[in-house]
Amino acid sequence: MAEPASVAAESLAGSRARAARTVLGQVVLPGEELLLPEQEDAEGPGGAVERPLSLNARACSRVRVVCGPGLRRCGDRLLVTKCGRLRHKEPGSGSGGGVYWVDSQQKRYVPVKGDHVIGIVTAKSGDIFKVDVGGSEPASLSYLSFEGATKRNRPNVGDLIYGQFVVANKDMEPEMVCIDSCGRANGMGVIGQDGLLFKVTLGLIRKLLAPDCEIIQEVGKLYPLEIVFGMNGRIWVKAKTIQQTLILANILEACEHMTSDQRKQIFSRLAES
Amino acid sequence: MQRGLDSETKKQLEEEEKKIISEEHWYLDLPELKEKESFIIEEQSFLLCEDLLYGRMSFRGFNPEVEKLMLQMNAKHKAEEVEDETVELDVSDEEMARRYETLVGTIGKKFARKRDHANYEEDENGDITPIKAKKMFLKPQD
Repeated sequence: MAEPASVAAESLAGSRARAARTVLGQVVLPGEELLLPEQEDAEGPGGAVERPLSLNARACSRVRVVCGPGLRRCGDRLLVTKCGRLRHKEPGSGSGGGVYWVDSQQKRYVPVKGDHVIGIVTAKSGDIFKVDVGGSEPASLSYLSFEGATKRNRPNVGDLIYGQFVVANKDMEPEMVCIDSCGRANGMGVIGQDGLLFKVTLGLIRKLLAPDCEIIQEVGKLYPLEIVFGMNGRIWVKAKTIQQTLILANILEACEHMTSDQRKQIFSRLAES
Repeated sequence: MQRGLDSETKKQLEEEEKKIISEEHWYLDLPELKEKESFIIEEQSFLLCEDLLYGRMSFRGFNPEVEKLMLQMNAKHKAEEVEDETVELDVSDEEMARRYETLVGTIGKKFARKRDHANYEEDENGDITPIKAKKMFLKPQD
């Protein structure tokens, strides 16, 4: 039993680091090292490939590359820390390099600065609320970080809050606010009455929030409804009747594992009834 | 009789004291390390990676405020300008122009002196329209 394990370990350790460009869209495992485009020439098979002469004067200056979730910097290379598919996005304008990240799936949320999440107020203590966001600690939310905050205008224990993280790292308790940097609410704050809150995986949230998501477009045609997506895997839905709300919740939970044909069948059945 | 030390000896003593103090300071006996400029920036947020839409959505008029927000936030995100301006005017442009015309007269009358009141005649409708021609100094022609 020990032999195949040791052989596998050797092969992993012995294999050279692959170029990130060649691995785009493929599954990568934690522990793999990836080379960035500028380093490929140097690491190529000795002598066989001629290095292209670049007449570019600024050939030595490298482009800044951003390594996103699932990747870490390891010297000059990228080290994979989560298993999933490697993705890349070209830079939109100016500063070059683009973004590399690993498209992985998980249920447990880790607070990240700038993320919009749905939280549940669990306690009041001193000047702050304790809000449960699904992470390892409850986040703190100050009384004053709402638009038009007054003594009367405050959330109660048990309310749902849509806010964003201002501080979120592994060393400190996460802090969230319900206003943006200009002091406006922009849709954040207490989420209204009724409705249903349920939990899904983080990957599904990102899939539903993609700009060209068909699921959301089809759902929007069914009946009047309101949805709030939190990046911590929580979705809040509300429709006119309880039955419609429940149907919506079931669709969103199930659509992760359905093919597009099955989904279209279900939507056509719903549209008929 | 001189008490105390000379200024020279004082200076010397001070310098010696300073030397002793600075020698006692600790320092790292390492060769100069050049800081390597790192070209890789680590970010843990998905916002940079994928263009995600705004998290609050409303369909078929369930929550009009959220629908307005959706347009705002998603438009900002895509940096597209809204071509059709659907700003509903409470008062039409023509009516505005008419009001302004009479408004100028009313306000002007407030600041006019008694003699100038004759300039402001009242219309049939009761609107005050100022007579444009004011009495100015006419230079005599030779």
